[in-house]
Amino acid sequence: MDPEPAKSTDALEAGLRRVVVARIDGANDVTSPRRLSGGASQETWSFDALTPGGPVPLILRRSPPSKQPAQLLGSAIGLGTEARLIELAAEVKLPVPIVRTVLLPEDELGEGFVMERLEGETLARRILRDEQFAAVRPKLALQCGEILAGIHAIPRERLPSLPTQDARGQLDQYRGIYDHFDDPRPVFELAFRFIEDHLPAAPDLTLVHGDFRNGNLMIDPDGVRGVLDWELAHVGDPMEDLGWICVNSWRFGGELPVGGFGTREDLAKGYEAAGGAPVDLERVRFWEIVGTLKWGVICTMMLSAFRHGGDRSVERAAIGRRASETEIDLLELIAP
Amino acid sequence: MYDPPNLTELVTAVREFLEDQALPQLEGRTAFHARVAANALAIVERQLALGPEAEAAERTRLCDLLGRTDRDADLESLTRDLCRRIRDGELGIDSPGLTEHLRLTTLDKLAVDQPRYSGYRRATHSRS
Repeated sequence: MDPEPAKSTDALEAGLRRVVVARIDGANDVTSPRRLSGGASQETWSFDALTPGGPVPLILRRSPPSKQPAQLLGSAIGLGTEARLIELAAEVKLPVPIVRTVLLPEDELGEGFVMERLEGETLARRILRDEQFAAVRPKLALQCGEILAGIHAIPRERLPSLPTQDARGQLDQYRGIYDHFDDPRPVFELAFRFIEDHLPAAPDLTLVHGDFRNGNLMIDPDGVRGVLDWELAHVGDPMEDLGWICVNSWRFGGELPVGGFGTREDLAKGYEAAGGAPVDLERVRFWEIVGTLKWGVICTMMLSAFRHGGDRSVERAAIGRRASETEIDLLELIAP
Repeated sequence: MYDPPNLTELVTAVREFLEDQALPQLEGRTAFHARVAANALAIVERQLALGPEAEAAERTRLCDLLGRTDRDADLESLTRDLCRRIRDGELGIDSPGLTEHLRLTTLDKLAVDQPRYSGYRRATHSRS
């Protein structure tokens, strides 16, 4: 049932075996890697390292050597940088998977890294509806606030080289992408105008996760187990992360603004209690508008990967029809 | 001029085949993509049913909003004209009729693209 040709999966398994046996203590073999759905811009594979003490559950994240590194979102950092950020987050006790090894060019597996496979749920709809998460759901917004405060507190001098993307920079970047694809959308035009007219005063810049939302958080019945998908990390306005998790697309039908599971007040409370700067809810809302527009532009951009690029999947084609979701959200936000 | 079945009937037949026969036999990513494919066909069915009337209404609103007399102008050129005027600051949030037009157009699109979307349900509920 795997769309990957068997030959390339065999090569991947052989390469993984070499890497894992050489660099993970006690490992003498690997199980066949299984491609996970989700994570559309990069490959994610699940497999076990076999050791005398039992199987060790692992995840491989990589951009294959045959393809360009995923530039779909225009600003993705390399997977080596992503691994470094996850390590920095682990050092300050934030919930992230442990990075076990980073791929080297001579591994011939592309760019990427191997990390531990956490137990838990990332599917947003299950997190919002399954009974096993009922008790923890009301606590998640507070926890998200605490974790974001921790991410934003990582000293900038410790960070690997990252792009700086403040509001002005992102406005210009996404305007450029929108113009490039030449898909005229009056609601986006109105939103670009609105953002331009409401740019916040220059804030203190910090590490920003960039994709901290329901769907990229590994949740178990005790709460957030792992913050995943750091590929959009950058230096920017910390309020961006608080706004992004409120974007309606990431509520997955849930009524509550933070990921469908919590309130902005709890998010802010957790953030401030964990040492974050006082939360400016007006600026969080500004970033929710920016985030909604960005997701809309990304939808049209992914359609372009179907039209002009190599990705001929139905998913890529159909995602263009999701931009209208962001248009109704933008209208509710800027012209209620 | 073309013989039956009509387009809607053909697309419906393919969607039902995917949902009722193919999907139960698939798993993993292939099942996921088959579900996406069935949803895409449902969009086609809804657009075939709702599209002509929605596009005619959109064209009328755009001509009024833009003061155009060429009432048969194509939708894309009208939309480009509107985009340019918003970008140039000639039309904005406070312009009479603009946000109402955008709201109606967006709701018509969502009735085809994703009628179950929370933002669509909220917007139609709060205004009906």
